[in-house]
Amino acid sequence: MDFRLNEEQQMLQDTVARLVRGEYSFEKRLEYSESELGFSADFWKQLGELGLTAVPFPEELGGFGGTGVEVQSVMTELGRGLCIEPYLQSVVLGGGLISQAGNSEQHEQWLGGIASGETQAAVGLQEPQSFYDLNDVEARAEKSGDGYVLNGRKAVVIGGHCADVLVVSARTSGDSRDADGISLFLISADAEGLDHRTYPTIDGSKGSDLFLNNVKLGPDALLGEEGKAAEVIEYQAGRAISALCGEAVGAMEVACDLTLEYLKQRKQFGVPIGKFQVLQHRMVDMMSELEQARSMAILAASVADEPQSDERRRILAAAKNVIGRSGQFISEQGVQSHGGIGMTWEYNFAHYAKRLVMINHQLGDDDFHLERFAALLQ
Amino acid sequence: MNLNYTAEELAFRDEVRAFLDEKLPADIAAKVKGFRRLSKEDHQRWQKILNEQGWYATHWPEEYGGVNWSPVQKHIWDEESSRYGAPRSVPFGVNMVAPVIIKFGTEEQKQRYLPRILTGEDWWCQGYSEPGAGSDLASLKTRAVRDGDHYIVNGQKTWTTLGQHANMIFCLVRTNTEVKAQEGISFLLMDMDTPGITVRPIITLDGEHEVNEVFFEDVKVPVENLVGEEDKGWTYAKYLLTYERTGLAGIGISKAALQHLKELATRRTKNGRPLIEDASFSQRIAKVEIDLMAASISNLRIIASVEGGGMPGAESSMLKVRGTEIRQTINDLARRAIGPYAIPFVEEEMDLDYDGDFLSDENAAPVTPQYFNNRKLSIFGGSNEIQKNIVSKMILGL
Ligand SMILES: Cc1cc2nc3c(=O)[nH]c(=O)nc-3n(C[C@H](O)[C@H](O)[C@H](O)COP(=O)(O)OP(=O)(O)OC[C@H]3O[C@@H](n4cnc5c(N)ncnc54)[C@H](O)[C@@H]3O)c2cc1C
Ligand SMILES: Cc1cc2nc3c(=O)[nH]c(=O)nc-3n(C[C@H](O)[C@H](O)[C@H](O)COP(=O)(O)OP(=O)(O)OC[C@H]3O[C@@H](n4cnc5c(N)ncnc54)[C@H](O)[C@@H]3O)c2cc1C
Repeated sequence: MDFRLNEEQQMLQDTVARLVRGEYSFEKRLEYSESELGFSADFWKQLGELGLTAVPFPEELGGFGGTGVEVQSVMTELGRGLCIEPYLQSVVLGGGLISQAGNSEQHEQWLGGIASGETQAAVGLQEPQSFYDLNDVEARAEKSGDGYVLNGRKAVVIGGHCADVLVVSARTSGDSRDADGISLFLISADAEGLDHRTYPTIDGSKGSDLFLNNVKLGPDALLGEEGKAAEVIEYQAGRAISALCGEAVGAMEVACDLTLEYLKQRKQFGVPIGKFQVLQHRMVDMMSELEQARSMAILAASVADEPQSDERRRILAAAKNVIGRSGQFISEQGVQSHGGIGMTWEYNFAHYAKRLVMINHQLGDDDFHLERFAALLQ
Repeated sequence: MNLNYTAEELAFRDEVRAFLDEKLPADIAAKVKGFRRLSKEDHQRWQKILNEQGWYATHWPEEYGGVNWSPVQKHIWDEESSRYGAPRSVPFGVNMVAPVIIKFGTEEQKQRYLPRILTGEDWWCQGYSEPGAGSDLASLKTRAVRDGDHYIVNGQKTWTTLGQHANMIFCLVRTNTEVKAQEGISFLLMDMDTPGITVRPIITLDGEHEVNEVFFEDVKVPVENLVGEEDKGWTYAKYLLTYERTGLAGIGISKAALQHLKELATRRTKNGRPLIEDASFSQRIAKVEIDLMAASISNLRIIASVEGGGMPGAESSMLKVRGTEIRQTINDLARRAIGPYAIPFVEEEMDLDYDGDFLSDENAAPVTPQYFNNRKLSIFGGSNEIQKNIVSKMILGL
């Protein structure tokens, strides 16, 4: 058994780390965040040029044929830098859905661009009523001629406001929460009848809700088999959970480092506050939460690209449950250990604290995954 | 044992309710209930109404314009006004500096400052904390040096809540460096317009401007602005902190926040049903409601024990810890209740006059910012760690 990255994986992670260190100072991140685009177009371009947006794609597309481990290597470093580029949405989820469900024309049309970073994809899988259940789909796709007409709303699409192509789920048959009858569609950003309500997010990126009003699509917009998308969505959401675990671990590492450093440096009552046992034990608890998260991230990466099974489902639900809890713990206890300074906008720790809690709201929180795991108890 | 209000107390509660029904402006109540921003003008409008009723200064003696309610009456007021969505009074003038002036100030200070607090002419802020003096408040360094009939003040305060609205600040300053830290501190009142005072905003992680840094550079303060005796400020500060701590458990606010949470959970859906019908979520709500029930009785026990006069002891520290944890848990659940919509930061919906469509729920926008903002509850007013230190020392003898 060997838990270390191999040489190539380590090189990959080092490449991302160098890039993030060079380009992603805290001050620059705030600038990127406040820009109209909501992230750095230049940094995104560099991710593309260095082949990092191609990591999970096959070699024909300039990729590494990377699995969950390689994707996590990238995501961990993006997490350490608190990067807000839509890697998860475009490369992992968008690219993943198209790879798995698409036909050869669709692969040809989209994957090259997504792998090079020249095309940006976003995914709309949730709806206002759906909570975290990706089978709770009320948006409808009606057959019209040889194509479809889409109506409905997709909620909290990170990167949706600026994506070139949107992958959305809509119902072609069945009732609200049936697994059967969900289909995936590719909608280009300029489609008629597609409206956005764009907003910044709490953790510094941008997204939108999508309003689909009689969006007319040709037959080539259907991604995968009609009505059979639920399995594809579940599988790709699982890959994305593994990727998010990587990001979360990266962000937790920095949050713990910053807190530990502060405990040594901040003095009250004539001693570093790290001399107070209550803070020492809390720091130990934060580190052991991080270790729990690291272990689950490794486990998640090991099944992310394996064929679907109940074991894969259990592991991914467990991993998301753990990072949700440990992320919130490190965020809250880190703020508390800092005192007032931990709550300020101008100190980077606060932004890690926010990102860690928001990760819990992506692809299901710890409660949601606890239920999923419980339903699969053996 | 009798856990019921007396007939007089019930009559008082009816009077409070009738007043709130009639006088509390609906727009202000809507802001408070929806956790939206209150402007300085909102606070002042409500203060004026309270003052006209004679109910603004609830624990001042009557001779200075207070009502001198009993602890139970104050409790009834807190519960009812929170339930109705009345704003909490900004405490720095009426509940902090005023009791100190009343107990330790000169007659001139009483005549000058107390009426201006009642009318709202003065807005006070609290200048205790410094960058190097947080939990260890006694290590404060802001220096005041006597020069004829003035003090010359140099130094810096920080975390000054709503200092941007204030025209007056009460400060702890160091007047003696030769003695033990606690023995060289004085309690000084300053006009924020005095030359040499600069206020700079601190933006908190939720993007709000609520706290400030205040800088003092050769600020000339007349000696008549000293409260009590020079070098005795620590005693006054501690007297004030006990006042501060009793309100910090926030039981009334938690009850209102719990109601808000239930409404949110009734409107949000999971599996096609209202979230509040979900077994695990409703149990999470139930658990915090039970904790709140217990804490509110603990609160009443403390109130009853001081009904005959006197100040609550270190038990109020335990209640502060519990009370703030409960409120933070309610905020956590509200954030969980809105699911993916915890992520968008829709600032425009946090203003009451917003008249567009709501992204998800009319009360959703402030939920996540509030959750992050209220991490402060366990930090300020004496952090929860410091409160536990007090309990282990004062009650347990450890
Ligand atoms: C079931 C059982 C089996 C055992 N088997 C063996 C055995 O086979 N061989 C053997 O040699 N011993 C054995 N022990 C003894 C065991 O190692 C001791 O109980 C242990 O070291 C704690 O010592 P103590 O019981 O004297 O508690 P104390 O050391 O008196 O501790 C009391 C409490 O104070 C806390 N505490 C102490 N110091 C600190 C500090 N600096 N900071 C914070 N908290 C502190 C402790 O964590 C504990 O909560 C056994 C004990 C038990 C209960
Ligand atoms: C939103 C907000 C509003 C505020 N408003 C005001 C205001 O209006 N006026 C004002 O004067 N101040 C105000 N404060 C300041 C507040 O009182 C301080 O933040 C508080 O006293 C803690 O000090 P600190 O932030 O420097 O943290 P520190 O004292 O540096 O504490 C850091 C950590 O160390 C812990 N710690 C410190 N000492 C010990 C110990 N002996 N044992 C165990 N743990 C310890 C603390 O509990 C905390 O977890 C405000 C603070 C905030 C966040």
